[in-house]
Amino acid sequence: MKAFCVAIGIATAVAWSSPLLAASIPPPGAAACSGCHAAGTVPASPVSRLYGRDAGDIMTAMTGFRDGSLPATVMTRIAKGFSDDELRAIAAWLAAQK
Amino acid sequence: MGINHRMSRREFVGAGAATVTALAFPLPAFAQAAARVVVIGGGFGGASCARALKQIEPKLQVTLVEPNRTFTACPFSNNVIAGLRSLEEQQFGYDKIAAGGVTVAAQAATAIDAKARTVGLADGTSLAYDRLVLSPGVDLRFEALPGYDEAAAAKMPHAWKAGEQTLLLRKQLEAMDDGGLVVIAVPANPFRCPPGPYERACLIAHYLKTKKPRSKLIILDAKDTFSKQRLFQNAWKELYPGMIEWVSLSQGGKVNSVDPATNTLITDFGNHTAQVANVIPPQRAGRIATSAGATDNTGWCAIDPVTFESKSAPNIHVIGDACIAGSMPKSAFSANSQAKACASAVATLIAGRTPEAPKLINTCYSLAAPGYGFSVAGVYQPKNGLFADVEGAGGVSPADVPRDFRAREADYANSWFATITAEVFG
Repeated sequence: MKAFCVAIGIATAVAWSSPLLAASIPPPGAAACSGCHAAGTVPASPVSRLYGRDAGDIMTAMTGFRDGSLPATVMTRIAKGFSDDELRAIAAWLAAQK
Repeated sequence: MGINHRMSRREFVGAGAATVTALAFPLPAFAQAAARVVVIGGGFGGASCARALKQIEPKLQVTLVEPNRTFTACPFSNNVIAGLRSLEEQQFGYDKIAAGGVTVAAQAATAIDAKARTVGLADGTSLAYDRLVLSPGVDLRFEALPGYDEAAAAKMPHAWKAGEQTLLLRKQLEAMDDGGLVVIAVPANPFRCPPGPYERACLIAHYLKTKKPRSKLIILDAKDTFSKQRLFQNAWKELYPGMIEWVSLSQGGKVNSVDPATNTLITDFGNHTAQVANVIPPQRAGRIATSAGATDNTGWCAIDPVTFESKSAPNIHVIGDACIAGSMPKSAFSANSQAKACASAVATLIAGRTPEAPKLINTCYSLAAPGYGFSVAGVYQPKNGLFADVEGAGGVSPADVPRDFRAREADYANSWFATITAEVFG
């Protein structure tokens, strides 16, 4: 019985478990965005929703905040904490969310 | 979930580990299919984490242990004290969290057996776990301030846990005569919500200026500097000239004891008898963390900043106000940010992989008056076993900006509360 279950476990790991989990783990920093930028719909919020937005647009905004060319209240301070690679990964993940 | 089930399962995992290791496969997949995660504490940290775990891996059995049926949020509760908001607007339930597949155990956790991996509940039953997440918030250290205890708090409210205490402080302000003295006693670091006492001073002053303009407010502080200090002090001068006096540690601001019979706060430099005394006592991690063996001699919980796992209690992760998070302040935003990163780490560990180092964000808004807000923000990453500021990022709102900038930050503050409470409870 034990051996049988372990075998199922291994098969499961190979068959579906790994890709599923990997896909659902947000890249570093990405999950924090939804503290202010709603994951669902919040009526009449002045803060834009980011899920499903174009990754290039998110990247352009973040690099603009970071170099100061795009003014903001708080995003100028937050964008400075991320490298291009990190921003690209975050933008791609946000764009892929529904 | 009985003891027999738990024991058989643990033996089973042991047998599986040996076999799987021999085959050079990771253990996890099987564990993942039925792994049990218990989360203690239904605030911004715990409720966020329970939800995030279920979103990342729907197969996890996630139980949220929280005795209160209604959560009363601390952020924005200073508005309730100032009469700008109702307490009901601060309150949220757990129905939607339960509907998402999280089992909500509406009971207090009374003890943790870290070796047996069980959580004892108030009704005498217990929950077995593979991984435990603690988000117990703070306990008030009544013993640390002579004269102050639960009975004294009914006379000199702390209002540092939102609910009845918030309403009590509100009622006392309403009952106070014009010309009265309000005193806020602030503890040394670390404590929940570092800018909170100063925002409270602003919003109480807003109420006094509007309704009782001859009144005064004194802040007795056990520190010489505080969060967003320049922004607060500028706002006091601009909005409430002559009304707020801040007494720092070096000016004799540290309150050594209180006398609730006379509403007196005693410092090395003299006594202050207040009409309304708001005493915010020193704090520590919620007591259940000590039962788990997760607190150190500071009363807080040391963690690995990559996994949030306790440095002293294996398989137990600590998030939110209770953990020692280095540069990250004890805020609702921090707790929510940590909760989501912790959920990723726990799911990854259960899957037998190594979690990636997280990157966390905090943004804390304070209101100096309705329509007048400012913020402190930070980006954090693990460094030397703690969370450290990413250099060059973060900081406070600029000092010299037009009022429109403050108005926008006040709007964003309101939006933040609506958004985060929807994410956690909605």
